[in-house]
Amino acid sequence: MPFLARIMALLAGDPQADRTVPPTGYTARLTLFTSAAMAFLAVFALALSLATGRLANRWSAELAQTSTLRISAPVDQLAAQTRAALTVLETTPGVAQARPLTADEQRALLAPWFGPDLPVETLPIPQLIEIIEDSDGYDATGLRARLQAEVPGAVLDDHTRWREPLVAAAGRLRTLGLVAILLIAASTGAMITLAANAALAASAQVIRVMRLVGARDIYIARAFVRRFTLRALTGATVGMIAGILAVMLLPRSDVAGGFLTGLGFQGAHWLWPLVIPPLAAIVAFFATRAAALRTLREQS
Amino acid sequence: MIALENVAYTYGGGELFSGVDLTLAPGSFHFLTGPSGAGKTTLLKLCYGELTATAGHVRVFDQDTRSMDRDAIAMTRRRIGVVHQDCQSLDHLSVGENVMLPLTVAGRGAEVGGNLKDLLGWVGLTAQADQLPPQLSGGERQRAAVARAVIMSPDVILADEPTGNIDWEMSQRLLTLLIELNKMGKTVLVATHDLSLIRTAKAQVATRVLRLKDRRLQLAGADL
Repeated sequence: MPFLARIMALLAGDPQADRTVPPTGYTARLTLFTSAAMAFLAVFALALSLATGRLANRWSAELAQTSTLRISAPVDQLAAQTRAALTVLETTPGVAQARPLTADEQRALLAPWFGPDLPVETLPIPQLIEIIEDSDGYDATGLRARLQAEVPGAVLDDHTRWREPLVAAAGRLRTLGLVAILLIAASTGAMITLAANAALAASAQVIRVMRLVGARDIYIARAFVRRFTLRALTGATVGMIAGILAVMLLPRSDVAGGFLTGLGFQGAHWLWPLVIPPLAAIVAFFATRAAALRTLREQS
Repeated sequence: MIALENVAYTYGGGELFSGVDLTLAPGSFHFLTGPSGAGKTTLLKLCYGELTATAGHVRVFDQDTRSMDRDAIAMTRRRIGVVHQDCQSLDHLSVGENVMLPLTVAGRGAEVGGNLKDLLGWVGLTAQADQLPPQLSGGERQRAAVARAVIMSPDVILADEPTGNIDWEMSQRLLTLLIELNKMGKTVLVATHDLSLIRTAKAQVATRVLRLKDRRLQLAGADL
């Protein structure tokens, strides 16, 4: 708590001390603008991370709950093998539901490649059975062994092959979003350092006089730290609000469809952008403090 | 208060002075004189820790300035009032705020109370308290610098050419201020090349005159 109290005291400031170092309007405006721009970008990076995280979860959850059994057999044996497979599946613990796809559904699946009027009944195509798992899931290895014994033409596909690269891709996108947030934070720090150095250089004579009359380095540094922390906080708040408005104005995914429009926040995730302004303030606090104390040490 | 032992200062390859021994005892009044460029300002800067001696030891309040960190130097400067040659005021603050700057930066701005008014009256700047330093004349600025040097009630007052650009009457008033401070027990060191100022002072207070010449600090004789 004393640390928090010190931060609050610092932000409340000492009006007398604040007048001693004249503010530089130009640097102030640039700092505000850059903090706002960085916060705006951070909102999108955050939205990207959270959206891809959600996507990865959905893909792994939805695809993990279903699998497909493919039965390839001569046409005269297909119906018998399908029945046998269904019997096996119905007695397998962890399988909630097993349903052979109808001819219409199989036609719909093939339509993209063969056109709409494919006479699937006359073709030697395999029968597909959709398996829906219950929450515990089933033992894929055990099921494969039983199927091999009783339904030789059956091939079980538990979607792992599809799922893993998709989930990995989503995970990588999320990492990219987090890296972007870190880069934005680092750039904010670098920008604040440059701005603080410019302000310190412009105030070199003021600093000299303050040192001559007995000001400690930390007193002088504090005047700059307070100013830049408040600027970063204000700028980042404006940028964050603009970013949230922009995310809200994105077309909704159920209207526009597709992946990109899934970018956004859901539920409690809307609170995450609120972290950005305090984070910007913390970065500014430490960047300015380091810059000021370094500059002061180099002088005189 | 301040003691220099065998101090030398070398400036960009050339030696400014060396072998300087000087002790400022509490309550003493010293003048430092010598030709321009002899190093009077440098010697004063060694005394308040703006410069570090290249050889020898400078002890301020029994502390070697070479071993002091920046905070210790800041704390020491609160006990030494310096009247700088070029006043070193903050031009965006009023005269009053400039005078109380040492209190402000020490975090004691609230203590000033009526002292500021008294002090400004004492140096004759009551009417100018709300003006900015560039609006003042050279003499007024120098008196403001004296007021700022004493507002912390320092133990030592160092003045660098305090009468540099003011007329005779005004320099008399400034000298009177310094003599009054000395009578209150402050240690005073005034660097000046104004010999008539020194003569006037000698009539009123026991002073020692030091001369910085040919890279040595000597005690000036009675010829002044």
